[in-house]
Amino acid sequence: MSDALDRLDLLDLDDDLGPEDRLLRDTVRKFADDRLRPNIRRWFEDGTLPARDLAVEFGELGVLGMHLSGYGCQGATASQYGLVCAEVEAVDSGLRSLVSVQGSLAMFCIRAYGSEEQKQRWLPEMAAGRAVGCFGLTEADAGSDPAAMRTSARRDGDDWILNGSKMWITNGSISDVAVVWARTDDGIRGFLVEAGTPGYSAQEVHHKLSLRASISSALFFDDVRLPASAMLPDGRGLRAPLGALSEARFGIVAGVAGAARDALASALDYAGTRTQFGRPIASFQLTQRKFAEMAVALQQMQLTARRLGELKDAGRIKPHQISFGKFANVSTALHICREARSILGGSGITTEYPVLRHALNLETVYTYEGTHEVHTLVLGSQLTGIDAFR
Amino acid sequence: MNVVVLVKQVPDTEGNRKLDPGDHTVDRAAVDPVINYIDEFAIEEGLRLKEAHGGEVTILTVGPERATESIRKALSMGADKAVHVLDDALHGSDALQTAHVLAKALGTLEWDVAVAGSEATDSRMAVVPALLAGLLDVAQLTQARKVTVDGSSVTVERVTEGGYEVVEGSTPAVLSVVEKINDPRYPSFKGIMAAKSKPVTVLGLSDLGLDQSDVGLANAASEVVSFENAPPRQAGQIVKDDGSGAVQIADFLAAKKLI
Ligand SMILES: Cc1cc2nc3c(=O)[nH]c(=O)nc-3n(C[C@H](O)[C@H](O)[C@H](O)COP(=O)(O)OP(=O)(O)OC[C@H]3O[C@@H](n4cnc5c(N)ncnc54)[C@H](O)[C@@H]3O)c2cc1C
Repeated sequence: MSDALDRLDLLDLDDDLGPEDRLLRDTVRKFADDRLRPNIRRWFEDGTLPARDLAVEFGELGVLGMHLSGYGCQGATASQYGLVCAEVEAVDSGLRSLVSVQGSLAMFCIRAYGSEEQKQRWLPEMAAGRAVGCFGLTEADAGSDPAAMRTSARRDGDDWILNGSKMWITNGSISDVAVVWARTDDGIRGFLVEAGTPGYSAQEVHHKLSLRASISSALFFDDVRLPASAMLPDGRGLRAPLGALSEARFGIVAGVAGAARDALASALDYAGTRTQFGRPIASFQLTQRKFAEMAVALQQMQLTARRLGELKDAGRIKPHQISFGKFANVSTALHICREARSILGGSGITTEYPVLRHALNLETVYTYEGTHEVHTLVLGSQLTGIDAFR
Repeated sequence: MNVVVLVKQVPDTEGNRKLDPGDHTVDRAAVDPVINYIDEFAIEEGLRLKEAHGGEVTILTVGPERATESIRKALSMGADKAVHVLDDALHGSDALQTAHVLAKALGTLEWDVAVAGSEATDSRMAVVPALLAGLLDVAQLTQARKVTVDGSSVTVERVTEGGYEVVEGSTPAVLSVVEKINDPRYPSFKGIMAAKSKPVTVLGLSDLGLDQSDVGLANAASEVVSFENAPPRQAGQIVKDDGSGAVQIADFLAAKKLI
């Protein structure tokens, strides 16, 4: 497999990694090979994940909220965070989702919009993986159009009373703290809701065919009384949750290149050893064309991720550029996984190989954090100056 | 307790390793270099000794320029500082010469125990720790699967062919550890970034009071006279069990003098 990875780096992109970045990449890759890969098939088949234990292990590696600074976070570059996402997602998009939701959604919101007290209380514990967080924006009837949310919080003296529900919340039922967005008479505001607060409950969503190694939950708020200190003071309006989503999407852009790389490496290994008509299937021109197209597309994804990392580290990244990355990379990754699946023939539809599992997972990634269509329209609006989705 | 961990950089065992046909030394360009696998267990043991007894962990490496990558990794795991013995004249040094250089380098440090891996995956001689203890005339506690320190007394469970023996010595001592003694930690991101600013002292032969004639291929006590690639593996023999399977296997083993 490591041989296949070398062959896939046609443009020698690896050569540009500095010594720290290389060590980081190799460390996460080894952790993934030792601790994640041997179990992923079982987690996916069983539709479960020991997410709390894994959070502690990710915390020890230092990758939770690594790109944030202070409060036990490491102040890594965006590019370094991207390297980590790619290695984790090379095992499974569900695992990368665990890392992104914790670091880029929940921790980011507390870091960017929280009070000093909220930051002190939650960030060090979350960076260590001892506390797990989730991010609740989507509702059953408000997905692409979050402004249509119905969850609301009203004042009662100094307290807030929260009512409503959220849907599809990653890490929801195992979280210690939920960042919940609700409408108030002061616009949309974020609240930190702790597990065990009376009136708050979470229920796991089952029967998924995608992102099975990830916990997805519905959250319910029934007259949940929250102190004034539960509100995130510095985030107001939809801009706040959308800012967090921009963070997390960056991780997706880099991460999905990992999933595609893994599927392609798997197909390359398989095609070299599988013989039909007395020759390895890698020797057929149709197979080689698939490999050429997939390998070129993979490196284009990696270049896109690298460029966005540079822009983000330079503090110059713009929302339509993140949309460019999600639009381009997720659909390309999905295409690569489907094509790689065809090379494995019947074996490709089993969980013995990671290929179709990656493709199935990417169906979720295609939809969450802004659907492919929504990002298409963001690019359309950037190019034409005309908003098509409102 | 100050610990020195001896770390060697070797070609990755997963690569297609080669010897240089010219001078019969390891072809270091052929395969990406990595920390000798068993040395990761030595680093972990060193870090655990520090965590239990205080002091510092120093990494000591004799090797070419690129060995800095292995040193950085060891520092990322948590070691405090490193000494890198780097000198072109060292090329082709054998085990005895290397032990000699290590002994001199240890002389520049304050240490209570030196911990090494039990063998290197390239040469697989497993003699350097013993040679080093011999040259320094200190206790030799090799092939340890467990290490206990109590004051200046060091006790190890030494793995033997049939089981293990308990060996005790006093500091300073040279230890070698086998894999499975522990579970080496992964470098954390914080560790990786912190390693950038940890001190690495680079020493040449003259800094150690050594001369070119003490080291190197030309002056080595042992010599690789010739080498051949291992023959490709032969197709196996398939035994069909028609009721005589067990007898055939027993005959096969007996013919090889294995039973
Ligand atoms: C496994 C999983 C985990 C998730 N985790 C989280 C989480 O942790 N937190 C969270 O808040 N949310 C999470 N989500 C929710 C996710 O972000 C939403 O599913 C997504 O925003 C789409 O919303 P929807 O499913 O309601 O689809 P809809 O918005 O109903 O979209 C359905 C289709 O209509 C298209 N469409 C909608 N509007 C337009 C338009 N104006 N123009 C063109 N096409 C349009 C969409 O692109 C899509 O193809 C998760 C989802 C999944 C599946």
